[in-house]
Amino acid sequence: MELKHFISINDLKKEDIDFFLKKAGSMLELLESKKSVNICRGKILATLFFEASTRTRLSFECAMHRLGGSVIGFADAGSSSVSKGESIADTIRTVESYSDIIVMRNPFEGAAKVAANNCSVPIINAGDGGHEHPTQTLLDLFTINKKKKSLSNLTIGLCGDLKFGRTVHSLAKALSEFKGNTMICIAPHELQFPEGIRKKIEDTGTKIIQTDNLKKAIARLDVLYVTRIQKERFVSEKEYLRLKGIYVVDRKMLEKANKDLIVMHPLPRVDEINPEVDRDSRCVYFQQAFYGVPMRMALLSVMLKCEK
Amino acid sequence: MEEKKVRNIIDGTVIDHIKPNCAMKVLSVLRDIDHECIIVCINTDSKKHGRKDLIKIENKFLEEQEYNELALISPDATINIIKNGKRVSKEKVKTPKHIKGIGKCNNPRCVTNCQNMETEFDVISIKPTVLRCSYCESTAEYKG
Repeated sequence: MELKHFISINDLKKEDIDFFLKKAGSMLELLESKKSVNICRGKILATLFFEASTRTRLSFECAMHRLGGSVIGFADAGSSSVSKGESIADTIRTVESYSDIIVMRNPFEGAAKVAANNCSVPIINAGDGGHEHPTQTLLDLFTINKKKKSLSNLTIGLCGDLKFGRTVHSLAKALSEFKGNTMICIAPHELQFPEGIRKKIEDTGTKIIQTDNLKKAIARLDVLYVTRIQKERFVSEKEYLRLKGIYVVDRKMLEKANKDLIVMHPLPRVDEINPEVDRDSRCVYFQQAFYGVPMRMALLSVMLKCEK
Repeated sequence: MEEKKVRNIIDGTVIDHIKPNCAMKVLSVLRDIDHECIIVCINTDSKKHGRKDLIKIENKFLEEQEYNELALISPDATINIIKNGKRVSKEKVKTPKHIKGIGKCNNPRCVTNCQNMETEFDVISIKPTVLRCSYCESTAEYKG
């Protein structure tokens, strides 16, 4: 398996996704066995986060440390020369000479492609605005596969911000590669899937149902993937305030759901999942966040060609 | 009413079958023509399309970028090359599949709108001309 840059989930074919699911499974076993892994010793990961992140950045850093490598980088644009007006291309051309692989998050859509066009070391897209977040997708698929033992013939509810939510865009594209899935898109009209993405998914034969009613839809679901209404993506604060808090998963809501439903969330959450359901065994979002580590270990080891 | 003929050019380009009322838009994308003789017909009769625009430009031969922009504005246009008063070639424009450095992405959050860089688009439909940004993947109809 060769992967020069990982910019979009479209960079992977179905068999590549299967490969990474298997590879992450092996990494999880290694983590659980508490054995030390030093396959990336001597390698340096640069994490360039022009936008805030907790899980993505820390799980990448954790993954690299677990693999025996080292990490350099910055956690906000203010502490880099970007605050002086440096371009993405110049930042990348500089950092590539300090590192063996670069993970980048940037608020502008398409920024990861710009980085890849100007970089000789592998680039991993850790989120480019509302566009793509492909490593989140891989860990989401890993979570679904672990919990449901399959990625096919599932009814998946995607709930919340489907317009600007990059995690749901990438996840929906990836799930449409697997047969027999139905996606129920639960969002107010203003935050439904962009037309282009919806069409691409429907073209694969995946069934899409659009609704704004979570209460009615929840009983049909195998997976409920909840996303935050993202304040930073709105131009108008008034519009944000009108739409935030429109869906809340709480104890009462889960009473209507299947016993074997799983509730996922890329986190951070604000008020869309009430903490009162955190101990419900169907709510797997913290485990999902942990799975970011084995999946990112798998990605780093493959892209750095440090496999055993 | 008898139509008055406009004069022929000796060396240059005749762009025919331009979408009606689009000649000025086409002229706006042509470079280095400030000092050349230009003849423009707007909304003239066309056997094929009913109405058309036409441009004749002395001493001007289109460059690739101009050709591509013309194809986006008017996919049915034809280009006639005139040398020594004779037409040496005539061809219909071909809409490119991929364009660079033409137009601006409509998505305000697109990286091309915040970095000093060339735009790039895939042409995903010809009539109407719909472009998809190669960076942010947002699509929009090309308005010229």
